[in-house]
Amino acid sequence: MSFTEQFKQLNLDELSMRLYSTTAVDVERAISHSQGNIDSLMALLSPAAQPYLEQMAQKAYQLTRQRFGANIGLYLPLYLSNLCANECDYCGFSMSNKLKRKTLSDAELLAEMSIIKQRGFDSILLVSGEHETKVGIEYFKHVLPIVKQQFSYVAIEVQPLTESEYRTLVELGLDAVMVYQETYQPQTYRKHHTRGKKQDFLYRLATPDRVAAAGVDKIGLGVLLGLDDWRLDALVMGYHLGYLEKYYWRTRYSISLPRLRPCTGGITPKVELTDEGLVQLICAFRLFNAQLEISLSTRETPEFRDNLLPLGVTNISAGSSTEPGGYQNPNAQLDQFEISDDRSVSQVIEKMQRIGLNPVWKDWESAWF
Amino acid sequence: MLSIANQEFESRLFTGTGKFTDSKTMLAAIAASQSQLVTLAMKRIDHSKDFDDLLTPLQQMGVKLLPNTAGARNAKEAIFAAELASEMLATKLIKLEIHPDPKYLMPDAVETLKAAEILCNKGFTVLPYVHADPVLCYRLEEVGCAAVMPLGSPIGSNQGLATEPFLEIIIEQANIPVVVDAGIGAPSHACRAMEMGADAVLVNTAIASSTDPISMAECFNNAVKAGRQAYLAGLGNVSKQAEHTSPLTNFLKF
Repeated sequence: MSFTEQFKQLNLDELSMRLYSTTAVDVERAISHSQGNIDSLMALLSPAAQPYLEQMAQKAYQLTRQRFGANIGLYLPLYLSNLCANECDYCGFSMSNKLKRKTLSDAELLAEMSIIKQRGFDSILLVSGEHETKVGIEYFKHVLPIVKQQFSYVAIEVQPLTESEYRTLVELGLDAVMVYQETYQPQTYRKHHTRGKKQDFLYRLATPDRVAAAGVDKIGLGVLLGLDDWRLDALVMGYHLGYLEKYYWRTRYSISLPRLRPCTGGITPKVELTDEGLVQLICAFRLFNAQLEISLSTRETPEFRDNLLPLGVTNISAGSSTEPGGYQNPNAQLDQFEISDDRSVSQVIEKMQRIGLNPVWKDWESAWF
Repeated sequence: MLSIANQEFESRLFTGTGKFTDSKTMLAAIAASQSQLVTLAMKRIDHSKDFDDLLTPLQQMGVKLLPNTAGARNAKEAIFAAELASEMLATKLIKLEIHPDPKYLMPDAVETLKAAEILCNKGFTVLPYVHADPVLCYRLEEVGCAAVMPLGSPIGSNQGLATEPFLEIIIEQANIPVVVDAGIGAPSHACRAMEMGADAVLVNTAIASSTDPISMAECFNNAVKAGRQAYLAGLGNVSKQAEHTSPLTNFLKF
C-alpha cells in the first residue's frame, strides 16, 4: 500500500473542474471551519478565494502563533554535489548543462560545515544532484556520520532511495527527508523529465511511503510552482499529505513552496505564480493543517520574505549557497538556481526580531534518538 | 503552600518558556506570573555553548527549572532526556512528556508509565504529563511519581477543561499533587481548575501567544489565586432548583 494506489483513483480533470467551480460560499465555509480538510483546502486554493486573502492571512497568522508561537526554525542547505544523471529542463544541475561538476571531498565538507556552524546553525539540509553511482547510498553512509557529529538535525534532499537504504541512514542519524514530486500531473512530469531515473513518476510518488516506513522523523513534500497549474498541484499535494498523516501518524510533515526560478539553461514558468498566489498558497495550507511545517527558501526577495514570515512560515534558510563548496568559495558558478535573498544571516535575524519573531537555532536533541 | 517531593511552592501557577517572541518578554511574563516553577524543553538547549538564549537568562533570573522531555517519542528517549537534564541542570525534577503523535501531541500512556517507573527507581522526581485517565494516574502514583499532570485539552489548543469530569475523579482520588496541564487557554479555565481542587496549573501558550504576555501572565496569577481561595472557602452546591435564603421552616431549629 502506498499513495500510488490512492493517486490512481484521483481524476485530475474532475478535481480541476471542482477547483475552478468553487464558489464564494464554499470559501467562506472553509475559512470558518475550525479544522481544515481536503474540501476546505480545495476551496482555499481556488480562484474564488482570492478576494478573501486578508481573512485567510489573519486566520493563518493566529493558527501559526497558537501552534508554533513566535518561533521560526533556522536551517541551511549544504550542497554536497552537483553531479546529476537526470535531464530536467528547469534545473541548473541537469546533466546536459555545461556546468563544472563537483562532489565535496571530506576536507571540503568539513570546511563547509565549519563555516555553517560558525554562523550559528544547528539544523542542516544536505543537497545533491541525483547521481546513484557517484553520489549514492555509499557516499551518504560515509558523509552522514561526519555531519551528525556537528549538527543536531540533519535532513537530505537527494535522489529517492529504497526503504532499507533510508533505514540505514536513519540508524546513522538521519532526521528528515525532503522529496519533491515537482508536479503531480503525469503528462507535465513526462515533458520536463526527459532522461534518467527521475522519469519514473510513480517510483518518486511512492518515496514518502518508503521514507516514513523507515522511521524518519520528518518528511518534506513540495511542488515546483510554475511547471503547471499550481492550484491543482497544490491540491494533490494536500491529498498526499492527508494520506501520509493518516497512515504514518508518528511522522512530522513539512512543505516547501518554491517558485520556478531562472537557472542555467532553464525554462521560463508555464504558469506564473504571482505574489498574491504564493500568499494564498501559504495561508491555504496553514488553514488546512495547523501543525504542518512550511519552509521558505532564499528564492524569494528579502522584502517579500519578511512579509511572508508571519503568515504561516515555520522554517527558513538564510545566507544560503546553492553550489557545492559555495560557503568556502562563493561565486564558482556551480549553482542550482539563483538566490533572491542574499542578505547575511545576521541581517535576516535582526529583521525577524524587529517584527516580533524568535529565531530558533536548535529544537532537536539527536543524542536521544 | 504547595509541596512536591519536599519542595515548597507559594505560587500554584507553573509556566512554560516556549512560543515567546524573545527572552526579554519571556522573563518579564514569568516575573509577572509570580511563578516559581518554569518548564523548559531539553531539546531546545544547546549544551555545546556557554550561553544558551533560552537557558542562561532563566538561570540568571533564579527561577526553579522543571526540565521536560518534549520531543521524546518513547520511554528510552525520555529517560535519556531526563538523565541529560539531571547532568546539565543538577536537578532530579523532570516533567515526563512522551508524545509520538506530532499532530495532537497526545501523551503515550504505555511508554509514560514504563519511563516513570524507571526514572522513579533512578531517584528522579517525576511529574508525568498524561491524559486525564484516573486509573493511569493511580498507576503512576503507585510507581512513585511526585505529582501527576493530566491534560485539560490538547496542548496549545486553548480549549480549556474538556476533560473536566475525569479531572474531578483524579483530583478526588490522588494522594499526590494534581497539576492540570495543557489546553488552559484563559484565566477563567485556570481559575476553574483551581476551584475544582487542582493543586496547581501549568500554562504556556495562553500567556506566550497573547498580544500582551506580561499582562496575561498577571491575569493568570490572579485567577489561580482566586480559584485556590474559592476552593478553600468551599463552593456552594449547584442545584437546578432555587433555594430560599430564608427557609420557612427555620423556626423548627430553635
